[in-house]
Amino acid sequence: MRYIPNTSADRREMLASIGVSSIEELFADIPDLVKSRFQPLNLPARSEMEVASIVSEMADCSKSTDAVCLLGGGIYDHYVPSIVGHLLSRSEFFTAYTPYQPEISQGTLTAMFEFQTFVCELTGMEIANASMYDGATALAEAVLMAERIRKKGAVAVPRSLFSHVRRVLDTYCWATEIEIHEIGYLPDGTVDLKSLPQELSALVIQTPNALGVIEPLAGVKDTIGDALLIVSCHPLSLGLLQPPGVFDADIVVAEGQPLGLAMGYGGPLLGLFATRKEYLRQMPGRVAGRTVDVEGKTGYAMAAQTREQHIRRQRATSNICTNAALCALASTIYLASAGSAGLRQVAELNLEKAHYLADGITAIDGYELTFSGAFFNEFVVNVPGDAMAIHDRLVQAGFAVEAPDTLRSLGLENALRFAVTEKRTKDELDRLIEVLGESR
Amino acid sequence: MSTIFDYRCSEKVGGLFPELDVPARGVEHLIDSQHLRTQPLRLPELSEPQVARHYTGLSKLNFGVDDGFYPLGSCTMKYNPKLNEAMASLSGFANLHPRSDVTRSQGALQLLFELTEFLRGIAGMADVSLQPVAGAHGELTGMFLFKKYFESRGEPNRKRILLSDTAHGTNPASAALAGFSVTEVASDEFGMIDLKALDEALDETVAGVMLTVPNTLGIFETNILEVTDKVHVAGGLCYFDGANLNSYMGKTRPGDMGADVFHYNLHKTMSTPHGGGGPGSGPIAVSGTLIDYLPLPRVCQKNGQYELDWDLPNSIGSIHSFYGNFLVAVKAFAYILQLGDEGLRAVSENAVLNANYLQERLKKTYLLPYDGLCKHEFVLSGQGIADGITTLDIAKRLIDYGVHPPTIYFPLTVREALMIEPTETESKETLDRFAEILEAVAVEAREDPQLLHDAPLNAPVRRLDQTQAAKNPVLTYPFDEKPA
Repeated sequence: MRYIPNTSADRREMLASIGVSSIEELFADIPDLVKSRFQPLNLPARSEMEVASIVSEMADCSKSTDAVCLLGGGIYDHYVPSIVGHLLSRSEFFTAYTPYQPEISQGTLTAMFEFQTFVCELTGMEIANASMYDGATALAEAVLMAERIRKKGAVAVPRSLFSHVRRVLDTYCWATEIEIHEIGYLPDGTVDLKSLPQELSALVIQTPNALGVIEPLAGVKDTIGDALLIVSCHPLSLGLLQPPGVFDADIVVAEGQPLGLAMGYGGPLLGLFATRKEYLRQMPGRVAGRTVDVEGKTGYAMAAQTREQHIRRQRATSNICTNAALCALASTIYLASAGSAGLRQVAELNLEKAHYLADGITAIDGYELTFSGAFFNEFVVNVPGDAMAIHDRLVQAGFAVEAPDTLRSLGLENALRFAVTEKRTKDELDRLIEVLGESR
Repeated sequence: MSTIFDYRCSEKVGGLFPELDVPARGVEHLIDSQHLRTQPLRLPELSEPQVARHYTGLSKLNFGVDDGFYPLGSCTMKYNPKLNEAMASLSGFANLHPRSDVTRSQGALQLLFELTEFLRGIAGMADVSLQPVAGAHGELTGMFLFKKYFESRGEPNRKRILLSDTAHGTNPASAALAGFSVTEVASDEFGMIDLKALDEALDETVAGVMLTVPNTLGIFETNILEVTDKVHVAGGLCYFDGANLNSYMGKTRPGDMGADVFHYNLHKTMSTPHGGGGPGSGPIAVSGTLIDYLPLPRVCQKNGQYELDWDLPNSIGSIHSFYGNFLVAVKAFAYILQLGDEGLRAVSENAVLNANYLQERLKKTYLLPYDGLCKHEFVLSGQGIADGITTLDIAKRLIDYGVHPPTIYFPLTVREALMIEPTETESKETLDRFAEILEAVAVEAREDPQLLHDAPLNAPVRRLDQTQAAKNPVLTYPFDEKPA
């Protein structure tokens, strides 16, 4: 077998030195009754070349990658610079384990420290962990953390949260018996903060929200008593937008996929998680910290480990162990490559192009923006007639557009959501506008 | 160690993204100034060669499986086939949006469907969900299933989870996160579950047990059927931690031992790799009892087409944004497809052979607290090697010899534990060399103990002060600190 170096001669020699006569004897401790129930997969062994061909054929059947992507809703078709993949494929990074032996894991640990710094810079927060599984579980863990701190048994969550994030939050809150108060949105698409319930562990705000609208965060913290303010955001938008930390947010989370990760059919993703220094002991996930070795040389090691499962077992702040280290490294390389100017530029490209498309679509009779609130790279339009029919026409014309079901679940009939990234060209956007114009 | 923030920042570099090709309306006209960033970002402005050198330099401070022997117990640090990476970067997978219409993601759905079938067969269980993205995430999902099951049976009083004192730390943490209290059951003198202690702990408040088979001492629980029977008779469920699947693929299956939930670690057993701490993939398999509660959505096949089924009223709901770590699933699929039944069996046979071979040799030098047949790993103790020498010293000295230390101080039931898992992808030559090194370190421990206390001497840094990191944590780059 290609990945097993032992030869039959090795095996014989090794069995002899163990003092058994066959491999089977090494499995004598498995009860016979258990063994008798065994059934194989009936799967033949294949060569690397055959497997490459079978799997490539499957990949070719996932045809939507040929379409011009206007899908969004939390995952976006952003450009991934070539350097990201090249550096990630250094096997010293991707074949290492969690850095439990810091002296030979300084690469991973230094990158974790850089990542935490980047996350704090983007979000305007004091500390960040070294990653969560994805933006959805990052938000769920933020809610659990707020509940550990405030213990009110309830949180307020906007209806305009991404549907996939809400589904995960629902599961975690059901399991931990935290009540969710759903709050609606105003005609401009921003969250309706009137009549918030009194006893809350946290208020969750997503900006831009699932309607694409940027939420005003100024003053929100003052209106929620001692509830924590949890903000979920789009990391690229923070190249332009005021970071939530400026508005006194207590926990900031984000889906980090836009920062140099492939869409990958939704995984692996990357959860960003940042908070205040005072909450370090309550924060879930791994953290790297700067320290020195016995000679006084700077180095990095995992910090605040006494919160973690391998030390505190059932009293740990979270069960998280393996997270998304390599994805965090990807986003670190992405941000290091883009720099402040690059990040601002890519954010501006998203903003301008999304508005160009919105302007073009709403110039067509019968199309209008559903909400008047400011948006970043995603927006919702009311369409004349059957949204599904219009969607289908766009799909036939070679665009990947979201079906209207998600918006229906938000109470919006006959509306479509479009996301525009830096990858979309003027030609593509003009063609989309033209197809919509023709279908009148 | 320089960070990316220590480089002298040049002026704006640019060149990654094109100029705007639509008429600019201007940021200030599109977004109200109240929303706009006022503090400039402090990201470095570096040319690409600087970035490439920095991260290549960092990579050289790391130790991966391609660098050398990595016998980290419980972590199955096997070789990661390069084919995996190539398959996961195929454009039809890597550039596929998770909200793509199912008619245009048939290839991806087919892969998920077929991987589900493979994993179901490997575990011998009724069904599988690929959604959990790490082992601990699989455990948590399993605990959610337990909760849902007892909720729907009207037995909300079942609030206790029993687990062995040799269990992984994630087990109690996952159970607690799902709202269960944890009762530890001591293991017997052979390192196995003590049936009498289990009997005493089982009552109508027990939701179930979390078991690791073979356990973290590398010992197969020969009483496994008695254990799962007792739990089932008491009305509880059995969770199997699959961290040690590498020891019995193609030989036996958790479904044949009475498991109700079993989690895989595709980043361990299926070689996908570990990535320095993720992304992983922690699918779960369930017995027929729990199928209805599996996470949303499920991949199914209807009229020759693959679809996503969202209509499962008893489901616990979703536990990840979309369909789990799809690109990791691609790698595991390619691996299993290449191995087939024969390869899966060969993996476990050679993993177990390698472990027993090393154990047999090393027990002559190091204390082996539980002597007997092991599976894919075994646990030695650093006790008695030399006065004043700890397992930490031994581990750090191994670094100087160019091997990654084993897992240390775990399981908690063995004092000064050294938990060694060689995996099947190591040659006899490598194992012999490792044994020689450990034997040499034992000699050094007696003859030149200071060498061990001072180790590592050849690593990028010497022993790090981890208490300072804890007491006065510096968790982000101090931009305002004057350079030394």
